[in-house]
Amino acid sequence: MQPVNILGDKMEIAYYPGCTLKTNAKEFEETAIKVFEKLGIKLKEINKWYCCGTVYSLATDNLMYRLAAIRNLIRAKEEGYDKLVTLCSICYNTLKQTNLMAREDEDAMYKINSFMDEEPDYDGSVEVIHPLQILNEMMDEVKAKVKKPLNKKYAAYYGCLLLRPKEVAIDEYENPSVMERLIEALGGSAVNFPLKNECCGSYNVACNKEAVIDANYRIITNARKNGAEAIVTSCPLCHFNLKEIQKEVKKAYPDFVGLPVYYFTEIMAMAFGVKK
Amino acid sequence: MNWLLSKVEELSGENLYACYQCGKCSAGCPMANEMDLLPNQVILLVIRGDESVVDAKTPWVCAQCYQCGVRCPKNVDITKIMEALRLIKLRKNIDHIKLEKVKKNLPQIALVSATRKYTG
Repeated sequence: MQPVNILGDKMEIAYYPGCTLKTNAKEFEETAIKVFEKLGIKLKEINKWYCCGTVYSLATDNLMYRLAAIRNLIRAKEEGYDKLVTLCSICYNTLKQTNLMAREDEDAMYKINSFMDEEPDYDGSVEVIHPLQILNEMMDEVKAKVKKPLNKKYAAYYGCLLLRPKEVAIDEYENPSVMERLIEALGGSAVNFPLKNECCGSYNVACNKEAVIDANYRIITNARKNGAEAIVTSCPLCHFNLKEIQKEVKKAYPDFVGLPVYYFTEIMAMAFGVKK
Repeated sequence: MNWLLSKVEELSGENLYACYQCGKCSAGCPMANEMDLLPNQVILLVIRGDESVVDAKTPWVCAQCYQCGVRCPKNVDITKIMEALRLIKLRKNIDHIKLEKVKKNLPQIALVSATRKYTG
């Protein structure tokens, strides 16, 4: 097997699930662990972890909301890992942005380290990785594992938090292509999809659902018009906003025709012939 | 400098005067349709010290997707300005969401993020 540069010489990597991977997005975690195992990579769940707090806090004076992410990074380091992988786009974004802060903002880290005196000091030395970055270097290995080529047209939906802010982007932030290459490697075809990096409305779903319904209509209709038969994503909140409210979208927009929505690891499992 | 501008600059760490009103943020904003003020208008009103901006719908519709910030030719991160405007209210204990009214079938990821963005 070709060496995977992003992992160095290790074929086991610390895995941070996050809250939703254990409940609404169970199928994401289960298929991810199985397909990475097929590729010879063990996602080893860290022993102790906490919710990362989801969204990254943006106020200059709010370090409190970054503590949970720092604690998770310390847990990974404590268990001897220098890299941490997470599937959820929001967890990835929050852990990655917090880690960048840990590397660049000495004053903030001085405050955080003194505030959490019970913890060892953290310096940003763990690297936060998204599984798509690993797959990006393993397309040949992916191809070799395909048993049932997908034979369908997919729209790769990145949403926002895998790509922005650009310091944390897993790919070219305005025109990413890693998921399209994955779809092609699995024997499917990836359609042109201009709205692939447009936000689904995110947490608006909790109290301003109309905004999410409108976004869902725009995004899915755009995918359909470009020939997609399904949508692929990596974010449990995008997944919910695109998939679970399609009935309500249909009510608001009678011409709406929905599409199935999958996690990228689910289509990998289908193509690899891995049972759920 | 008016109090609103200095508060927003302090909380966001952004220089609002760098904005030259090109409107690229508003053109790219996926939530612009749902807003009462466009993102570039929000900046202008804050510079003018127009306090009505604190009661606008716009900061609450902002989904923190960072599209405006990555496209701004002057590197103004408007995402952070929206957060600052939300915090001006939230830190006075004026929440934007009534948790008892939130639907129970939402995944944690939606509940935690909404709680973080809509409560103080």
